[in-house]
Amino acid sequence: MARNPVELAGATPGPSFEITMDGRAVPVLPGQSIAAALWSAGILAWRTTRVNGRPRGAFCGIGSCFDCLATVNGAPNQRACLVPARPGDLVTTQEGHGRADLAV
Amino acid sequence: MPTSPSEQPVPPVPPEYDLAIVGAGPAGLAAAVTAADLGMSVVVLDAAAAPGGQYYRHPAPGLGAARPEALHHGWAVFADLVRRLDRHIGTGRVRHLVNHHVWTVERGGSTAWTAHAVTGPDGPGQGRAAVTSRALLLATGSYERQLPFPGWTLPGVVGAGGAQAMLKSGLVLPGRRIVVAGSGPLLLAVAGSLAAAGATVPAVVEAAGYAGYAKNPRTLAANPGKLLEGAVHGAALLRHGLRPRTRSAVTEAHGTDRVEAVTVSRLDRDWRPVPGTGRRIACDALAVGHGLVPQLELATGLGCATHRTPDGTYALVLDDRQRTSVPGVWAAGEAGGVGGAQLALTEGELAALTIAAVSRSAGRPDARRAVALRRTRSRLRAFAAVMAAAHRPGPGWPGWLSDDTDVCRCEEVSAGEVRAAVADLGAHDARTVKLFTRAGMGWCQGRMCGPAVDCLAGAGTDPGADSSADACTDAGAGPDRRPLSCPVPLAALSEPAALPGRAGLPAITEEP
Ligand code: FES
Repeated sequence: MARNPVELAGATPGPSFEITMDGRAVPVLPGQSIAAALWSAGILAWRTTRVNGRPRGAFCGIGSCFDCLATVNGAPNQRACLVPARPGDLVTTQEGHGRADLAV
Repeated sequence: MPTSPSEQPVPPVPPEYDLAIVGAGPAGLAAAVTAADLGMSVVVLDAAAAPGGQYYRHPAPGLGAARPEALHHGWAVFADLVRRLDRHIGTGRVRHLVNHHVWTVERGGSTAWTAHAVTGPDGPGQGRAAVTSRALLLATGSYERQLPFPGWTLPGVVGAGGAQAMLKSGLVLPGRRIVVAGSGPLLLAVAGSLAAAGATVPAVVEAAGYAGYAKNPRTLAANPGKLLEGAVHGAALLRHGLRPRTRSAVTEAHGTDRVEAVTVSRLDRDWRPVPGTGRRIACDALAVGHGLVPQLELATGLGCATHRTPDGTYALVLDDRQRTSVPGVWAAGEAGGVGGAQLALTEGELAALTIAAVSRSAGRPDARRAVALRRTRSRLRAFAAVMAAAHRPGPGWPGWLSDDTDVCRCEEVSAGEVRAAVADLGAHDARTVKLFTRAGMGWCQGRMCGPAVDCLAGAGTDPGADSSADACTDAGAGPDRRPLSCPVPLAALSEPAALPGRAGLPAITEEP
């Protein structure tokens, strides 16, 4: 019986690369979304909500709930479950609506 | 009178394609290859990077999966469809536009449609595209229905379909010890694949009973394939030592920053938790979902009529040739009511045959094949209705909520606020609740909280309604309407859309 999904699918991925999540290095298998890479690293939350500051991560996994919004390379509000991870991506916890930089 | 160049009348241009298909899941793929076999020019627009939709979602090529079929049922059928699709792409008869999120379709004259799409994933670099066609087929599938409970917003609580989707595409799990809960046949498939992929599944929790199926022996007898499918899932679970607990629900998820345990309670016939039956189960993830909701925005935007299915969701009204109520618009698969992949394949092929029958450029479709497909379709639709009725949420499920449970995840609106809007402010439908509380006005536009808000609003229409079986399912005046079916960045709207044109022809970049 398979011990993990990679084994189950008989996968031999290409060489892994890294992205960083709030400065922490996270390995990525080629083809994984940012959310998938974070789940593999045991990271389940990468934003805090606007009203109560509660942690959230991926929920629907298919782009319809918007709970997985992340700030990627400085650009906020990207659905991490849909965005493919690219080598060197800098993911940062997104706070609230992700537009603190616009506050006056 | 034209006041700016953009309002100059545009001379009519013939549509680029005979048929545009939105969605490359089982229904869309079956339709595309059938229509192309008959000589039609076809464009398929799909949000994903590869064909398959949610059902046939599979690992990205970079993951080098040698056994993608281990994550699937019916992989051979899919592989065959993709082979045929690729052949037609090679000859230029089919154009497959990947990463195209169609956000609206507009009528272009009496016989043509223009589908507008945003291209690429979220973020900088998103673009815009539009294609025109003589006929339109909506194969837009469904998304998961969620019913809230205390703790459902904790990280580690994920959609059952969501866990499945992330597993199929990214080969990842949300945790090591995953409780699977909710209602509907998808749960069995999800629990089976999570366990096969190495997760420990301490419990599979089903809110309904399976007795509902037995009330319809004739429909069951007519669908031995479906029974077999259920038995296969059941056997897979038993292999992992799993036996679903029926008439039970996760009524609370515990944890501070992530889920650490859940409480599973017995339910009465109406899905009300039975006091004193709660049992705590330790876990580091919960995969939860209560069936699927057809995705209808594009169709309702065009004015297609809808009806309510036996599980309380809205689906498109379709005739036995897959025609919607709007001439020139067809639909197939879950948009016409959730019924599974086999039904979607049948309906996609049937739709293509009937579109070909009225198309000037198509060869003569095989009439006998259409008759056989219609027969299969009605048999599978009957089974889908039995299934939907068996898993329809009971009116007592709001008994899972405490007043401070967030119902709307995006706007963080609690059950107490929604109840106050109903009881004190007299909001009797989801739309009014939304105006008072902002429930459903956030990023997801009510996709996650819509069914729950509908139900809570309905419960207020009459004081005794809580116990009426129809309190939840009669509340809404119609399906959710969303002007855009997916987010469209303003920057993308301000750029001219690329009309990709047929394969091999240069792209046309103009749009008023
Ligand atoms: S997890 Fe729902 S949009 Fe990404």
